[in-house]
Amino acid sequence: MKPASFDFLCPETLEEALAALAEGGGEARVIAGGQSLVPMLNMRLARPGLLVDIMRLDPLRKIETSGDEIVVGAGVRQAELEAQPDLSQHLPLLAAAFPWLGHVQTRARGTVCGSVAHADPSAELPLALVTLGGTVSLRSRSRRRKVKADDFFIGMMATDLAEDEMIESVHFPKARPGWGCSFREIGRRHGDFAIVACAAIADDDGLRLGIAGVDDRPRVCRLPALDNDQFDDAINDIAWSLNARDDIHASARYRRELVRSLGREALKEASRCRT
Amino acid sequence: MTRLETAGALIGRTVERVEDAGLLTGRGRYIDDLPVRRDTAHLAILRSPHGHAEIRAIDTTAARALPGVFTVLTGEDVARLTRSMTVGVKANVECWPIARDRVRYVGEPVALVVAENRYVAEDALDLIEVDYAKLAAVVDPEKALAADAQVLHPSLGTNLINERIFRYGDPEAALATAAHRISIRIAYPRNSCTPIETYGVIAEYDPGEDAYDVTANFQGPFSIHAVISRALNVPGNRMRLRTPPDSGGSFGIKQGVFPYVILAAVAARVAGRPVKWIEDRLEHLTASVSATNRVTALEAAVAADGRITALFWDQLEDCGAHLRAPEPATLYRMHGNMTGAYAIENVAIRNRVVLTNKTPTGLNRGFGGPQVYFALERLVHKIAVELGLDRLDVIRRNLVPADAFPYRTATGGLLDSGDYRVALDRALGEGGLEAMRLRRDEARAEGRLYGIGYAAVVEPSVSNMSYITTVLTPEERAKAGPKNGAQAVATIAIDPLGSVTVKVASVPQGQGHRTVLAQVVAERLGLSLEAVRVNAELDTARDAWSIASGNYASRFAAAVAGAAALAADRIRDRLAAIAAAQLNVTADSVDFGAGKLFDRNNPDNAVSFGRVAAASHWAPGTLPDGTGQTIRETVFWTPEQLEAPTATDGINSSLCHGFIFDFCGVEIDRTTGQVRIDRYVTMHDCGRILHPGMVDGQVRGGFAQAVGAALYEEYAYGGDGSFLTGTLADYLIPTVMETPEPLILHHETLSPFTPLGAKGVGEGNCMSTPVCIANAVADALGVEDIQLPLSPSRVSEWLYGEERPPSKPRDPTPAATGASGERMLTGSGSAEVTATRDSVWAMLLDPNTLKAIIPGAHEVRKVSDTHFRAEVTLGIGPVKGRYRADIRLSDMVEPEAVTLSGGTEGALGSGRGTGRVTLTETTTGTRIDYRYEAAIGGKVASVGGRLLDGAARVVIGQFFQALARHAGSASDAIGLKKRLSTLFRRRR
Amino acid sequence: MPHLNAAQRHLVHFTLNGRMVRAEVENRMLLSDLLRHEIGLTGTHVGCEHGVCGACTVQIDGKPARACLTLAQQIRGSNIRTVEALVTDPAVLSPLQAAFRHHHGLQCGFCTPGILMSLDALLRERPDAGRKEIREHLSGHLCRCTGYATIIEAALDAAEEQRKEETPNA
Repeated sequence: MKPASFDFLCPETLEEALAALAEGGGEARVIAGGQSLVPMLNMRLARPGLLVDIMRLDPLRKIETSGDEIVVGAGVRQAELEAQPDLSQHLPLLAAAFPWLGHVQTRARGTVCGSVAHADPSAELPLALVTLGGTVSLRSRSRRRKVKADDFFIGMMATDLAEDEMIESVHFPKARPGWGCSFREIGRRHGDFAIVACAAIADDDGLRLGIAGVDDRPRVCRLPALDNDQFDDAINDIAWSLNARDDIHASARYRRELVRSLGREALKEASRCRT
Repeated sequence: MTRLETAGALIGRTVERVEDAGLLTGRGRYIDDLPVRRDTAHLAILRSPHGHAEIRAIDTTAARALPGVFTVLTGEDVARLTRSMTVGVKANVECWPIARDRVRYVGEPVALVVAENRYVAEDALDLIEVDYAKLAAVVDPEKALAADAQVLHPSLGTNLINERIFRYGDPEAALATAAHRISIRIAYPRNSCTPIETYGVIAEYDPGEDAYDVTANFQGPFSIHAVISRALNVPGNRMRLRTPPDSGGSFGIKQGVFPYVILAAVAARVAGRPVKWIEDRLEHLTASVSATNRVTALEAAVAADGRITALFWDQLEDCGAHLRAPEPATLYRMHGNMTGAYAIENVAIRNRVVLTNKTPTGLNRGFGGPQVYFALERLVHKIAVELGLDRLDVIRRNLVPADAFPYRTATGGLLDSGDYRVALDRALGEGGLEAMRLRRDEARAEGRLYGIGYAAVVEPSVSNMSYITTVLTPEERAKAGPKNGAQAVATIAIDPLGSVTVKVASVPQGQGHRTVLAQVVAERLGLSLEAVRVNAELDTARDAWSIASGNYASRFAAAVAGAAALAADRIRDRLAAIAAAQLNVTADSVDFGAGKLFDRNNPDNAVSFGRVAAASHWAPGTLPDGTGQTIRETVFWTPEQLEAPTATDGINSSLCHGFIFDFCGVEIDRTTGQVRIDRYVTMHDCGRILHPGMVDGQVRGGFAQAVGAALYEEYAYGGDGSFLTGTLADYLIPTVMETPEPLILHHETLSPFTPLGAKGVGEGNCMSTPVCIANAVADALGVEDIQLPLSPSRVSEWLYGEERPPSKPRDPTPAATGASGERMLTGSGSAEVTATRDSVWAMLLDPNTLKAIIPGAHEVRKVSDTHFRAEVTLGIGPVKGRYRADIRLSDMVEPEAVTLSGGTEGALGSGRGTGRVTLTETTTGTRIDYRYEAAIGGKVASVGGRLLDGAARVVIGQFFQALARHAGSASDAIGLKKRLSTLFRRRR
Repeated sequence: MPHLNAAQRHLVHFTLNGRMVRAEVENRMLLSDLLRHEIGLTGTHVGCEHGVCGACTVQIDGKPARACLTLAQQIRGSNIRTVEALVTDPAVLSPLQAAFRHHHGLQCGFCTPGILMSLDALLRERPDAGRKEIREHLSGHLCRCTGYATIIEAALDAAEEQRKEETPNA
């Protein structure tokens, strides 16, 4: 279990990094915290020709508030965001999700944007981002663009990121007054990838439910009020629509049941704790 | 035998361990920490991606040419220098540590690379090309016996490698007169008490003496040394096997390193330099060793009051692809105590051993116990439920009574001591059964699911070296010559400064042997703990050892510590004689204490221990006549109770039999199916407790592993033999969050058969806890067919009723596994294109178009009009690999429909699939419809099965989307439309 | 900095247990292999090389992290602490180590250095850590011998001891 060989670049400027990606022809990959990529290197599932280390690019290491959003740069480690003093005020959904996210030892190194780029369909941060209606800022040498999180995730570890692009930051919309949220997860063990994770938001616009671990990307949908006659049918149809599959950890049926039950609980709690 | 007196100053006290200072400061010396010769090379092993396949060819040219590679060996190269490993039953079958003409399990070694470091060695593995012809895989032990089942070993002609039938007492008569016959059928899964340190071997070969020198973190039994020497074609004295000072856990598993001892030894010989191999975690989970999975049908003849009068065992043992030494020992280790803690006079047993396309099995904590007790204690539970009796009454009624010890079991075991009834009642009282019952009643009143489980278990320890010969018929045994006993050995040496060293062949893996031996010997010689140093590693070239040496079958406290006590007493007697002369008293009035030998009647009349002890070195002429030396004393001890099997197949398979009674309360979440252990009580009678802290440590550790086996851990295989739990993210070892703290209770009845009265204790909870939890779950849910591990998903099947259907009918969900048991994917989609049907048809037959539309194709070569070969790079996220693809067209209805079928093979895995494409003319062009079915396996299946499914879907989607674009996409496709369209934005 | 070619070894400087060290490594070398096989500090153990078991946990700039998921190239200029740094006098155990010995918080000792590095970091950062935080930090480690209970006891004891030392008059 040792990585295949690769070139390594530790650029001093973002431009240098973007140039390397542009010239890499698909062989170049960004490495940030490495918590998702290095296991794949060790198993030789991933064999990039060049790794571009972005962790020394100071402009990427910032957490900023921009209007209604918290903007997290590509060099921000998960533990750094988790430690933000006002996290539970501005991003209560993330504050609720963090304890489920790997372990202290992986959050210390892993980055927020790295988890988004990795696009594991069970991962908590992509789920939170999609549920919040966040966006992803992408950048290549020749262009910058912003993509809605829901469009960014395409499938199992597949995203809208082009080969010459990197994530520059992700944007989490801040909680607004009158807003409530909840995060629920069932995994086999503490810190494991979710069998099903549900993120719920209740606000004046109604109910939103994000679901990870079932379809091959995080999915978000709107639901009628809990006391609405249509609710049961609606959440049931959502459960069926996610193409749940059997694997060694859980059956498709089990996943659908958890979507119904965890989803309902999460929405209930989100409604209850509206500010 | 006469009990040895113990002064009580150290034995029985929880002293701090002498091992810990080094281990806590990073100064442990595990195998990968040991210094090696400067020219040492590193070994990496190419392993089979298939569960069952013929090896048609292996091309190692490119690997050999890689700079830094010293040598590459295939199975044939190894076979030229070795012999097949000894198989423990009479069967026409060979057993090699590396595949020759055929691979029989995922992870089976196929080639060895020796290179300057591990990184380069793995680079070379990637360059070896193996041409496999896949065979049907046999995974289910019952299906392996079918007449049309694929046979793993053609020389054997069947997958059933051994069958024996045993009969003790008159079970049929008991059944005929019984009020009830109650039976249960269980399938016990595969798991492993996998340690955190993996296997490691450092091997050297001396061509001048034709001798091997190997250091491995092997744990014993050293009977395996004979297997290794024979396989390497050298006498035992040219196969020096050493163990490192520290080992990172074993739990039986490191017995299974021995085939790698052979491989590394041969690799060192061929490479002409020392070779080091450290197994990685993927290798370990996939291919090190596993406990057996077993299908058991157990029937009991039961009296009206719940007394069991006969047991009928039918055990089908799955030992994996090869019957490796010491298997089928898992099946026979419990043979003397197949009646558990119960007095049952009549027993019938049918034991069958079957080979399947799974990793060969071997030692694993609990060895045979989990499988046996899961059946027996589930049956006892069922008897009570079916007869409407109190479960505890049924257990009590059947327990071996206290006045019956030593009790000879029906199958020949000799239960040494115990007071099962009292231990059980103490457990219920001190463990708070009443309070637990109240909690259960309360929970049930509220509609919650709460259950209580019980398990009574006899824990065997100190294996009889002859129990495995019970697999032979009495005639075969007579021919092979007698085997019995279990030699334990300890040496005590005194150096010229009079300090004491203890040497044992026990090879601990963290159990604290050095501390306990220091306690035992220091106490007997009146010394402080610190004054005695203990060496517990083993060197077969220099140390006293025998086949029973090593650390397994919980033999340390009972046998090894006992041998050390005997050796200490011999030295003590001689020292007393020497001191007596100096103190001018008789030897029997000499006492030992505080580092002195003194006159018991006048303690001031004393001489220092060191002075007396060193006399043998400095002034041997002054010793009293007949004293002999006190420089070194080695004691071999084997208990007389460990006799060979009788002519009627009675066997006392173990010397000691501890008793465990467990009970627990569990609550099951109705919504999630999660099993929460509310309280767990475990009562142990392990004879004399030498170190209470370590005994509780063994109990807690075994319990944690058993919780894993009950709720989390399984070595899972696909129907095609693919291995599905190749990482620690899939093989789920409990963390602190999943591990409850049991209440541990003790009841001490000393063993009359061991020098210190101690019995083994380390394995018991691996036997009792899985079934205790299962019984509690059965009680909570009122169900019978409990299958481990009790994952929430599995438990939920008993909780959820009919599923609410979707409001609108849907396409059937894609199947997860196909008929062949492979991981199957199915899907469909369609696309509207502007091109005419004829031109779309032409594209499908044109290599240039195919090159453009096959995802990642570098080259497409036309073999015939309907056969293409391609080189492709497929990837998803960071996971990329290069594959060879073979594509054939069939069932062609020009220009309407065609079936594409093909296979890919590459470093990360293999896949094959078929897709039916239909072309329909539309007003604007052509509609392409496709349905596909694909199966994938190989390396990626072991480390990221869920990733594979996603990857295959994406790749197949890419193909058709590219076809659509190539043909002029008219509109977004329907079906998989959204996903595919967004997917292809990235390719713009 | 320059583009580092895969075929060559490249210099890496960092602080290891309080001393500046320089090592020449291939780009692909893992920190765990650098520490163990190039520098010779074998106290950091390797159990899985995919970040689950926690045996290789070291402190990188004060935070517990997996050495097996860290490339040697990524730690240039960082401050690395391993189990070897927990004692200043090799004959005297730290309070945390002493508590492990006292409570039998280890058996084979293979997972122990990683656990010590996580708990040491926790107790430095949060001297008031209780059972919940200790369990949370410990959940990133697999121990196959102890069943964890004695590890928790040892950590609680060490935390208590540390608090006493820091407030001698309390």
